[in-house]
Order: sequence, then C-alpha cells, then structure tokens
Amino acid sequence: MTTLTRGPEAVTLPAPAPAGRGRGRAVTIALFLLPALVLFLLLVVAPILVAGYASAFKWNGFGGLPTDFVGLDNFTRLFSSDIFATDLAHLAVLVLFSVVIQLPFSLAVAMLLNQRIRGRAVYRLVFFAPYVLSEVITGVLFSLILAPDGGMANQFLSVFGLESEFLADPDTVMPALFLVMTWKYFGFHMMIYLAGRQGIPNELIEAAQIDGATPWETFRHVTLPLLGPTIRISVFLSVIYTIQLFDLVWILTGGGPSHSSETMAVTMMEFGFKRSQVGYANAISVVMFVLSLVFALVYQRAVMRRDLEGATTSMGGRR
Amino acid sequence: MKRGLILMATAVLVAGCGSGGNDGSGAQPGSSQQGQKPAKVTLEWWHLSTSEPLKSLWAQRAKDFEAAHPNVTIKATVLENDAYKAKLTTITQSGKAPDVFVTWGGGVLQQQIDAGLVKDVSGDVAPVLDTFTPAALSAYQFDGKTYGLPTDIGLVGFWYNKKLFAKAGISAPPATWTEFLGDVKKLKASGVTPIALAGKEKWPGHYYWAYLAMRIAGLPALQQAGVDHDFTKPDFVAAGQQVKALADLQPFQKGFLGAGYGTPDGQAATISNGKAAIELMGQWAPAVQKDAGKGLGDDLGFFPFPAVEGGKGAIGDAFGGGNGLSVGADAPPEAVEFVKFMTQMDQHTKAVEAGGVLPVLKGEENAVKDANLKQVATLLAGASGYQLYLDQAYPPAVGQQVNDSVAELIAGTKTPEQIGQDISEVAKSE
Repeated sequence: MTTLTRGPEAVTLPAPAPAGRGRGRAVTIALFLLPALVLFLLLVVAPILVAGYASAFKWNGFGGLPTDFVGLDNFTRLFSSDIFATDLAHLAVLVLFSVVIQLPFSLAVAMLLNQRIRGRAVYRLVFFAPYVLSEVITGVLFSLILAPDGGMANQFLSVFGLESEFLADPDTVMPALFLVMTWKYFGFHMMIYLAGRQGIPNELIEAAQIDGATPWETFRHVTLPLLGPTIRISVFLSVIYTIQLFDLVWILTGGGPSHSSETMAVTMMEFGFKRSQVGYANAISVVMFVLSLVFALVYQRAVMRRDLEGATTSMGGRR
Repeated sequence: MKRGLILMATAVLVAGCGSGGNDGSGAQPGSSQQGQKPAKVTLEWWHLSTSEPLKSLWAQRAKDFEAAHPNVTIKATVLENDAYKAKLTTITQSGKAPDVFVTWGGGVLQQQIDAGLVKDVSGDVAPVLDTFTPAALSAYQFDGKTYGLPTDIGLVGFWYNKKLFAKAGISAPPATWTEFLGDVKKLKASGVTPIALAGKEKWPGHYYWAYLAMRIAGLPALQQAGVDHDFTKPDFVAAGQQVKALADLQPFQKGFLGAGYGTPDGQAATISNGKAAIELMGQWAPAVQKDAGKGLGDDLGFFPFPAVEGGKGAIGDAFGGGNGLSVGADAPPEAVEFVKFMTQMDQHTKAVEAGGVLPVLKGEENAVKDANLKQVATLLAGASGYQLYLDQAYPPAVGQQVNDSVAELIAGTKTPEQIGQDISEVAKSE
C-alpha cells in the first residue's frame, strides 16, 4: 500500500484530480483489494479473533459456541503448568542451537559452495534437496534411520561401539531432533546465504584482496557485514519456524519420551484433539500467536530496522 | 512467513467454526423416503481394522451390502488406531459424524452422544437386541437407550512366547504378581528381553496400571474413583508402586520409550519376531503380530493377568473392551441397515471363524477356532466383573491423563504418588 501512495504516478498526477475521477479510482482500488481483503479477514483475522474468544471458555469443542466462561483461567492454568514450562525451555534450546550451530554451519557451507569447485551445482542441489521433502516424510525416514534396534545410524555407530537410543532416550532426544531439523533446513538457509553472497559485488572482494586482506579478513570485514540483511532475515525465519515447530516432532516422537521433546504446538494438539479441551488448546494457540507477533515486531523494529526502511513497520517513512 | 502459524490457529479454530448446526447433511442426497425407487446413497464408513483378516473381511462385507442394496455406495476410511482417534475427534468437533463409525463406547461415545452427533438406534435394533450377549452390548447403552451394536468384545491379558519361557526354565505361566515378577527376572537372566512395550503410544502402558489397580483396589473401588475423582487412595498408590517395581527390573525392549505398537519395529513386531517374550494386549494381539512380523504360530500362548497377593480384586475380573458400530445422527436409514447387516449371525460368524473378532452373539462361541482365543472367550464368558479401557471409559481428558501419567511413571519421571494426584486433578476439573 505504501508503494501505491508513494509511487511515481502519485507524484506525476495533476494535483487537484476531478472529483468524479477520484471516486472512480477509489472504487477501482476497492474492487481490486476486495478479494484479497475478504480472504485475509476470513482466513487470518477471523480465526485469530475466534481463538481469542474461545480461549476464555472451558469448552470441549462440541455443539455450537462455547458457553462456560472462565475468564483468564485457561491462561493461569497454562502458565502454572509444568508441560508448558518445558515447552518454553525446549523452544529456547532449539532457538539457541539454531542460531549458534545450524545457521553458522549453513553459512560456512554457502561460502564453500561459492568457490569455484568442481560439481558445485550438484552439491547445491543435494544440500537443498532435504528442504523439498515434506516434514512427514522426513519424520518417517528418520524414525527408521534412528531406530534404536537395527536402525541405520546404530548399525554404523556400532562399528565404533557408540550406539545410542536417540529418540527413545529423554537425554538424547533433543539433540537427535535438532540433528533432523538441521538436516532438513540447513540447505534452505544455505540457499539464502548463497543468494545474498552473490548480491555482493566482486569488486569489493577484489579491492580487499589487493589491499592485502587475508581470506579470513575479507570474510570478516567485507562479506559478513554485507551479508547482514540476509543473516538477519534467516535468523528471523528460523525463530518463527521454531516457535511453531510441530510436524517433525509429532511424527518422530509425539513429544515423548514423557514430554522431553514436546513443543507448544504438540501440547496444543494433545489438548485440542486428544483431550477435547478446545478452550485450553486455544489459549495455547493464542500464546503462540502473541509470542510470534511480539518477536516479529520487536525483531523488525530493533534488528531489521535498516533492512526494512520504508516498509510497513516504520509507518511509511514517517518516523 | 506467518502462514504456518495461521494454519495452526485455523486448525484449532475449524473445530469452533463448524458448530452443531448440522446443515452438512446436504452431502447425502435425499435418503430413501417410502416406496418407489430408493435414491442413491453414499455411506461414509470409518473403521480401524488395518490388519488381516478383518481388513479384507470388512471390505468384502461392504461389497456384499452394496450388492444387496444397489442404491448404496460404501466409502470406507480405514486408519490405524491413534490416527483414527484423532481424525474422529476432529470431525466430531466440527459438528459432524461419519454415517457409520467404529466406537469403543464408554465416556468418549457419551460425549459424542451429548453433542447430538450419534443416532439413537434403540427402535431400529429392538428386534435383534436379544441376539447379543449383554456384556458385549453394555458399552453402547446409556440410560436404557442403544447407540451402537458390538462387532467384537474381548479382554486384555498376557500373550507370551512358549519357547522363550521354556528357555528360561519357566514351566507354567505365573498365577500371582510375585511369580510374574520372578519370571521376568528369570527371562532376563536367560538373556531374553522379557516384555515388549510401545512407549511412544502410551495406551498399551496404561493396561498395567489399570489391571494392577483392579487387582489391588478392586473393581468397585476403581469405578468409585471415577465418580469421586480421587485416585490418591493408598491402593492406587500401591498399584503405581507395582508398575514402578516392574519398570525398575528394566524388562522392556531396547528403546521402548520411542517404540510404536503396530509399526515395523514396534511392540507387536518385537513379540512376533521372537525378540521379547511377553506383551500385555487385547484379543487382537495375534492378528497384529502376524501382520507386523513373522508370527509365533503354535509358540504363542495366553495367560490372564495374575492375582496380586493381598489385593481386594477378584481374579475373574476382566479388563478390556470391544468395538461397536455407531451411526451418525444425520445418516440415512441405510446406515442402520448396514450396521444390522454387519452384526447378523451368518455374517459376523465368518469374522469370528477367521479369528478376527470374538463372539458378541449368543451361540457363536463354537465358531472360535484358535486355542488362545478360545481361552479368552471362555475367560470372558465367566468374568466376575468387567472394566472398559480407562482411556475410553473416562472422559477424553481424564483417559489421556491416565495414559500420560502411567507413561511418566514407567519412564521414571513421576512417582506413584504424583501420578495419583495428577489424574485426580484432571478428573476434578472435568
């Protein structure tokens, strides 16, 4: 919308447009906006409002609208629940791992594949391929690979006497889960970094090299700063994904053993669809929504401010 | 980038938007009103018999029914246990029910009935009601009304590998819990994994606690606890302690906390391939074992859950359940016909003969061919009391809490006292 009002035609139009034509223009805009707006209201805004409404009720999901109003009870119950506390802890761990291990790893691979090496197109394809697989297929695949008895991973590790129960052991389930997440998503982040790296003019790199910078110094002081916007958006995507993490966990562990790999979305599924406590599940979804929203806003304002100059969060440049 | 989140929010919300208004019946073109040519009808039929012999048998029954009623097309949706329960919950919360669906009866069916989703078939089935055994029928009757007809009834007990028992030097199945724990130790000493358990799915684990609670506290006390919402009494804690005593022997297969039930490396397959000696499971165990692995053949034996010394429960009290077919509130009349067709003597007996289900009709007992299943049928016929699976008997939230809590107890993250409190807390809030 901002681009519309600030677009060139807005500037070049004769200042006082005839009243009739202006109304015609408004009608045209409204007509073009309508389908998208209806879809947005129906599929985005309405569900959010209904979720907020339903989260204030004790409701099993059956029979019309909820009637048993409980105010903020669902939320107090949620915030005092051990399971929800573990969900948050798991979120923190996974975000930390993603940012500290997965993304730097993706970055390193991207930098390697930016070199002139034989068959780099093949490598790029192979590393990106897991991202194209559906989460369910990934989950089934890895539950076979990581099977404690006779799974591929253990057959390989047994050569070194290093067998593990992976997903079946509360102590190893989170690292194993993170491994699968990384396998699936590092290729995606690698692609983003590659694209970002290719947007950096080679002259800058060459200039640094002529000035006598070592490869590390070139990376540290030229490539990395110029990749800043790319890295910031990749961290953003990674965190938002982790807040909503569901399919992979559901297939691999179902949140177990005894809640040791449960995420908020898994808890929501458990309560909404297995226990028929839809009001409570809605409270969880509201918390997830607020968490994502707050993170998105704060992050965009604080970290991505310069990257998003002129976009919606800065109110069309009027600051 | 927020699409995932929105999808998720909608997922929960779809449940809300559906409402109980039920104008969805338009999906079925007009049901056959009196006389003339009956209109074309499609019956949605949901069941969970994913393994042989029932898988083929049920498909054949549907074809037979279509042949006898040319205006009817039966569309079957067949899902594995956990997926079936989740999908049924989702659709019922949206205010609809399949035309014909498999149910376990109990608290879950009750909740669906309260929501007005299940047809009261009392009138339609009155002529055939007498042909069923009362035990098989009881789970589908509430306040004198009938909401479904049974296709199967059985009980949970121990299925064991005779060869592995012999290897461990065990001559006879244990009659008491102490003997059972002793046998577990003997099996372990002989290098055999004593018990297979599907820790990921939770429901198989709850059988141990439920049976121990029945044996120690007694059936009336367990049923009273469901009414009082109090599972903290010493007898229930004692049941938890016995589960813990068993788990402390580390009797389960490697990686059992991540194991499924019917999956290629799950509980059934572990028994079927001779990698563990015992599983606690219902009457369908032999069928699923055959489907998931090599099968044990004549090496498979059965013994009832042993008595606990000093316990108040009778050894004859049985724990288990069956399956029945219920009809959606908006289903066409043909749906009820189909349910009756499925449970007719000549039709149903074929399933009993194939070893897929146990008798639900009077006089069907002789059709049971398998020696183990015969033992189950005999135990059932002589049962002094009967308790439906706790995760079906109680409302869903309480049932799932029992499953969760027992899983935590077995994994060692909660104590017997804590799980009693956890279950009571959820039961009180329902």
